Amino acid sequence: MDHVQEKPRTETGMPLPRPPGEGAVVPAAGSALAEVDERPKMYRRRSSRVVAGVASGLADHLGIKVLWVRATFAILAAFGGAGMVAYGLLWVFVPQRRREETEAPATPREKQQAIGLLILGVGLLVAGGAITGAINGWVAVPLALALVGAAVVWREADESQRRRWRDGARSGVAGMVLGGGGWSAAIRILAGVALVITGIGVVVLRSGSLDQVQFALLAVLATLVGVAVLTVPFWLRMGRDLGEERRARIRTEERAEIAAHLHDSVLQTLALIQKQSESPKEVARLARSQERELRGWLYGPSGYGTPEKKGEDRSVAFSQAIANACGEVEDTFAISVSQVVVGEAQLDDRLTALVLAAREAMVNAAKHAGVDEVSVYAEVEPTAVTVFVRDRGKGFDPETVSEDRHGLADSIRGRMERNGGTVRLRTAPGDGTEVQLEMPVKADSGGTR
Amino acid sequence: MSETPQLKAPISVFLVDDHALFRAGVRTELDSITNEVRVVGEAGSVAEAVAGIARTKPQVVLLDVHMPDGGGAEVLRRARTDLPDVVFLALSVSDAAEDVIAVIRAGARGYVTKTISSKELVRAIARVAEGDAVFSPRLAGFVLDAFADRPGSAPISDPELDLLTPRERDVLRLLARGYAYKEIASELFISVKTVETHVSSVLRKTQLSNRYELSRWASDRRLV
Repeated sequence: MDHVQEKPRTETGMPLPRPPGEGAVVPAAGSALAEVDERPKMYRRRSSRVVAGVASGLADHLGIKVLWVRATFAILAAFGGAGMVAYGLLWVFVPQRRREETEAPATPREKQQAIGLLILGVGLLVAGGAITGAINGWVAVPLALALVGAAVVWREADESQRRRWRDGARSGVAGMVLGGGGWSAAIRILAGVALVITGIGVVVLRSGSLDQVQFALLAVLATLVGVAVLTVPFWLRMGRDLGEERRARIRTEERAEIAAHLHDSVLQTLALIQKQSESPKEVARLARSQERELRGWLYGPSGYGTPEKKGEDRSVAFSQAIANACGEVEDTFAISVSQVVVGEAQLDDRLTALVLAAREAMVNAAKHAGVDEVSVYAEVEPTAVTVFVRDRGKGFDPETVSEDRHGLADSIRGRMERNGGTVRLRTAPGDGTEVQLEMPVKADSGGTR
Repeated sequence: MSETPQLKAPISVFLVDDHALFRAGVRTELDSITNEVRVVGEAGSVAEAVAGIARTKPQVVLLDVHMPDGGGAEVLRRARTDLPDVVFLALSVSDAAEDVIAVIRAGARGYVTKTISSKELVRAIARVAEGDAVFSPRLAGFVLDAFADRPGSAPISDPELDLLTPRERDVLRLLARGYAYKEIASELFISVKTVETHVSSVLRKTQLSNRYELSRWASDRRLV
């Protein structure tokens, strides 16, 4: 028996073992990604895109017309190319939508408009550059080269990313740089190399004729861009792999937690039930308490399936107090108490007294009624909280209750009356008993939520 | 078929639950204790259930709330339009209010928990087959909660539909307190028939009500 019980613990109670190096890297890098995960995701469109699906993705994300997004990008392009830069950055950092998700197809009209706006944007960029004098002839060539190179690379990165999703493979460093092989990877590498060469070439060819510092900077810049172009897909992939890894780890831990909980609760109880199988009453008691515990864990206010709420004040509430009282009586007297609570209130002195009185009424029913089921119904109304404790047992004649029975007199009636509540009793021999408890709610506490 | 004279043929019942063991248990229990009901088929998934119900055309479907591919509400959505005469009774282990209300709103005629005794289950089946609604005390509590007039609740879109009458509320309260229909009738000095009418109209309101509250209340309840 011991062996059987211990086995699941070691197998499922711990997260899956993983290489120490990997585990050490993940939390640090994962924390930044976690914040991104909280928000609703923005994706670039896969279909119905003109360049990279950034504008349509942004339009989906913001819930506005794609035309307006594109127009904004085009107009922004006039301001020193800000629109282009923004587009480029979004292209780099926004992942593409997965293939299986459906998207609204673009109309031909929309596509036409998009191309028109694209040309307009480029035109505005050139015009803006010409007016401000930011783009001189000699800068324009390497700059254009760099931009085209970067565009080619990013287009290619999309392709290889698709491949990666399809394969689901965790490629190594070399594989990431090569992007899964193929001649598109070769183009990317060529573009990167071309940029590096351009950077060096600018220095070599044009040195001496113009300001040295400017050229040096330009060369360094081009070289850096070239290096970035060669390695950025690698960095991005590493980031995304880490995110994927982190999600997988969370899932694994969650599974382990569920398994551990089921082991600690359900399996242990089932083992006990097997031992107690000759005593039906004990079996019922164990099963009931286990059911209640598991139910609370699954569906309760702080239960496993409940989404976490931030900033909620979860001090003990009336319904919880009633549920606890019912549970205690169930366990102590091996009867079943079915409880229904309508509405909710915060527990104060009066309601605490009400819960205690209700508990005493349940205990009375459990002891004297000779039944195995008691119903408890509690309702919170704006003016008062009422609790009904009912059994279908023997019942009794209130007139004949002996003086030494203090439960009803002190614990129920006395307690209720001290706090301003009332008790009504419906009972007759053979007809069951119902104790009705009513407690007025203080005007300022608001009653129902 | 039996020595006791029966006015009606046994009620045909279809079982939907993703646990084969549970289905087997219910089937044995239903077959052994009475000849009032007859299990004509069973299914363990939504698709199987929809096909099986269409094929066997049972009078009553015992419907599990939680199933892997969409649950009881999904079965209701897909099976109910074609077979308006089949009535559905939710039989669930779930205590989560939104699960229960989801199947009731989707058109189930009642809701009972899996801890119900076999005798009572047969009674519940017979009652829904006759067109009555079956409310467990817990369901009555959920519905009362859903229709509660909370301060700050959303504006009522259709006052006629969206409010329970005081009488309906009284009936629901007594149901929640664990009273049987007969006891409710004598408590309120009305006939059992009238109690049934009230309960049915509460069910209709729950199913039809477009009150904002009804979709919201489940999440509210989770916070309590």
